[in-house]
Amino acid sequence: MIINDVVCPFCGCLCDDLELEVEGDRILRVQNGCSLSEATFMNDTRLPAPIRRTASGWEEIPYADAIKETADILRDSDRPLLYGWSSTHGETQSVGVHIAERIGAVIDNTSTVCHGPSILAIQEVGHPGCTLGQVKNRADVIIYWGCNPIEAHPRHMSRYTTFATGFFVPDAQRERTIIVVDTRRNDSGGIADEFVQIEPGGDYAVLSALRAIVRGKESIIPKKVAGIAKEQLIRIAGICTNAKFGAIFFGLGLTMSRGKYKNVRNAIELTDELNRHTKFVISPMRGHGNVYGSNEVFTWMTGYPFAVDFARGIAFYNPGETTAVDILRRGECDAALIVASDPGAHFPRAAAEHLAKIPTVLIDPHVNATTALSRIQIPCTAAGIDAAGTAYRMDGVPIRLRKVIDRGYPDDAEILKKIYDRLNGELGP
Amino acid sequence: MNEILVKNACVIDPIRGINGDIMDIAIRDGRIVESVSDRAEIIDAHRCLTLPGGIDSHTHVCGTKVNFGRYMSPEDMRAGRTRRHGRMHVTSGYYVPTTFGNSYRYSAMGYTTLLEGAMAPLEARHTHEEFTATPHQDMLANTLFDGNWAVMDAVREKNIPKTAAIVGWTLNAVKGYAIKLTNPGGTEAWGWGEDLTSIHEKVPHFEVTPSEIITTMIRANELLRLPHSVHLHCNNLGKPGNYQTTLDTFDLVPDLNPDRQTLYATHVQFHAYGGGTWRNICSKAEDITRSINSKPQIVMDMGQIMFCRTMTMTADGPMEFNLHCLHHNKWSNHDVELETGSGIIPVTYSKKSAVNCIMWAIGLELALLTKNPWQCLLETDNPNGAPFVKYPEVIGLLMSKRYRDEECATLHADTERRTSLFALEREMDWHDIAVMTRAGQAKALGIVNQGKGHLGAGAEADIAIYPIRTDSVDPAREYRKVVEGFQKTRFTIKRGRVVSRDGEIIVDGANATFWTNALIPEDIRVDNDPEFIRRFQEFYTVRMSNYPVQDLYLPRGRRVDTEAFS
Repeated sequence: MIINDVVCPFCGCLCDDLELEVEGDRILRVQNGCSLSEATFMNDTRLPAPIRRTASGWEEIPYADAIKETADILRDSDRPLLYGWSSTHGETQSVGVHIAERIGAVIDNTSTVCHGPSILAIQEVGHPGCTLGQVKNRADVIIYWGCNPIEAHPRHMSRYTTFATGFFVPDAQRERTIIVVDTRRNDSGGIADEFVQIEPGGDYAVLSALRAIVRGKESIIPKKVAGIAKEQLIRIAGICTNAKFGAIFFGLGLTMSRGKYKNVRNAIELTDELNRHTKFVISPMRGHGNVYGSNEVFTWMTGYPFAVDFARGIAFYNPGETTAVDILRRGECDAALIVASDPGAHFPRAAAEHLAKIPTVLIDPHVNATTALSRIQIPCTAAGIDAAGTAYRMDGVPIRLRKVIDRGYPDDAEILKKIYDRLNGELGP
Repeated sequence: MNEILVKNACVIDPIRGINGDIMDIAIRDGRIVESVSDRAEIIDAHRCLTLPGGIDSHTHVCGTKVNFGRYMSPEDMRAGRTRRHGRMHVTSGYYVPTTFGNSYRYSAMGYTTLLEGAMAPLEARHTHEEFTATPHQDMLANTLFDGNWAVMDAVREKNIPKTAAIVGWTLNAVKGYAIKLTNPGGTEAWGWGEDLTSIHEKVPHFEVTPSEIITTMIRANELLRLPHSVHLHCNNLGKPGNYQTTLDTFDLVPDLNPDRQTLYATHVQFHAYGGGTWRNICSKAEDITRSINSKPQIVMDMGQIMFCRTMTMTADGPMEFNLHCLHHNKWSNHDVELETGSGIIPVTYSKKSAVNCIMWAIGLELALLTKNPWQCLLETDNPNGAPFVKYPEVIGLLMSKRYRDEECATLHADTERRTSLFALEREMDWHDIAVMTRAGQAKALGIVNQGKGHLGAGAEADIAIYPIRTDSVDPAREYRKVVEGFQKTRFTIKRGRVVSRDGEIIVDGANATFWTNALIPEDIRVDNDPEFIRRFQEFYTVRMSNYPVQDLYLPRGRRVDTEAFS
């Protein structure tokens, strides 16, 4: 059977034009997808059943036992951490927040190690952005800063920017100017009209220089800023101010390098400045397919996009204190529930080590690096493959992930609801 | 069978012409009935003021920009936090509370139905998800069409049926309730960083004017037989001298519908400014209300501001950028492809600011100078003018000249000279307030025959019982009792269940979402139009098949079918 207009759940692009050929519980072929998408659908090897660590290895256990044991671990914990959420759909995230509220846990999502600094910057200065279709239909200048879409978001350029035919940009390749800013020449840099190679850690200074030039203060700029010639900076500022519609996309090269959220703040303020000359927007390149959804769900339920601590009864937010990495590194939490993510692969060593010391439960369809740190793993559906639900694209557009096959696994939302019901039953009103 | 008998209620039910009668209200299975059995639960209202559940016909509580307001404002989240308690979830926020915060606080104030003022169709799924998490109010969504490319093309072709078909398809697809135009044409211009300054200026590329968009959409709205009228946020919001644009817009509006208004003009306070600069801004409420008083085909709402810190959020992207250039605080903007824009900035309305004082006065002037309270409804464009928890204060101000005088004495000295408020003696009565906070909204939104806004047999049992004895409180003198009374009901009954008691939520919510489904003839349906489909697939970034909001996003969806084109 051929299924059209399937949404790829892998990255924040949420491309929704895939064509899948499926037969029974197997996906035979993926059309239109990138290599990441193809791997997501085709190399989908699942953990067959819940497993529990034994003295010598692992044993399979029934779902009911795994759920009961998880509820027990959470109930008996003084400082539980619920982490992940970015590769599943909104309903799961929503149940997760309810559990955190019920047991006074800290709940955090993967923003904490990707665009958390972008959120902090936005909380200081706001976010002039738009949906990706605005960029596709209007933008004549595109800047990729500290990101490599060709590798990380392979269809970003063809669907939304460089190569996408837009209403006011019918001949995209000819009519759009592409600027890539990075510390080294990556694949994306290779197709740029203007490649800007910044010395590592120099983003803040370059952004400041551009702001100064846009404000007409080019005379104060030294000959070189973070390795970039003044002439190039002036040229880029000129391209920006002469744009009809400009769009900046930035990645972890900006958020996780020296300066962190201050870099992002500076980039946003450059965008703000450019809006006094023309139209300019800025957007983070969100990684996980539904990481933005976890920010959205957390926000409407708790008021904060990530790092929410319910230990005081109210929702408390203090990134740096209530963020997962910090709580783990301080050795503060005594139990962890990881859902739809892989902190074992992405967290600093000290944080991962603490996960291995405490009872950690992983709810995820796949065996990953976190499995090795866990006491129990409960396999579930993968949102967008064998489970339907809402995901929010990197620009905030909500899209319904489809269920294209049934592989007989329970939905992670169902597993969490059972845990929540158990906790409610045991903890009383 | 679930029965309740509310005894000894002092009922004001303007739609049925009841004004302060002491009576009993019988409820069975969520609806009001003539009588109930003797097994019914009894609630003694003790002759307290009993009104149909409050209805907010223009508020921003759910969806992309509201949530972004929360997202960017941890400082506000700290301001209103409450613990998990009984049936109540944790809440955060004061001027942009979390969904549960909104729902509980509205419920405590007796509000049972809310119209979300602005939903971008492309992001409708988000709005509906938040509706589900706003459990104690029935919800309706104004759907934005101000910069809709397909609509502007049809308007340029002067094709009213096609315009109607596009609107009908979209409302059905996104489960929207009504047409919203926010700065029509201006939001598309903002796609290029521009704005329109008059209703006769052409939208770049599309070659249509706001006036053409408004008049065509009014006709399309009536062709679709939608329960609500076109809901308009006029062009030039917040600019000194904009009252002329507002008056010109009002002059465009024919009287096409015998059952309700033909145009709903929202937050008119922001559109009633004279002068030409921030230095000489003045009130033109008298001119605006003169126009309203002669045009029964228009209903407006106040857009009252109150002195506090709050968040402005609107689809009017260019306006927010202009405001940002004045305030230099944080600014968010979110343009939506082929449809609309939006912007968000925090503001503080201060008595030290002459402009803010004049704005405050204008909102009250509009209400006091509009002869027919059915034509000027009470709201603050929550949270733009003030968070909705300020409504009781607005009620107090409208009912008491003394309260206004006391406030006026604390304002910037220019206020008296540049507004007429100080000279207005009118004090509204309980009936006026009942009209301006529920009955008028129900009629304007066209939901009276859905059982909203009145307490007649067959109506939905949405009832607010306030701890106010109208026979012993003199609102002109004891306005503090009025304000306090409207802050917290004794009982809020939603669809036949007591949901809130003395401000405490005591059950889980089970709201409904109303949406309109216009039955459009096959031959002009746009989903049969190859050109419409081609342009959709080519220029949107989601496939047409992934655009419609699935029914499951509305767990208690209430579809309102209309016999369009009949």
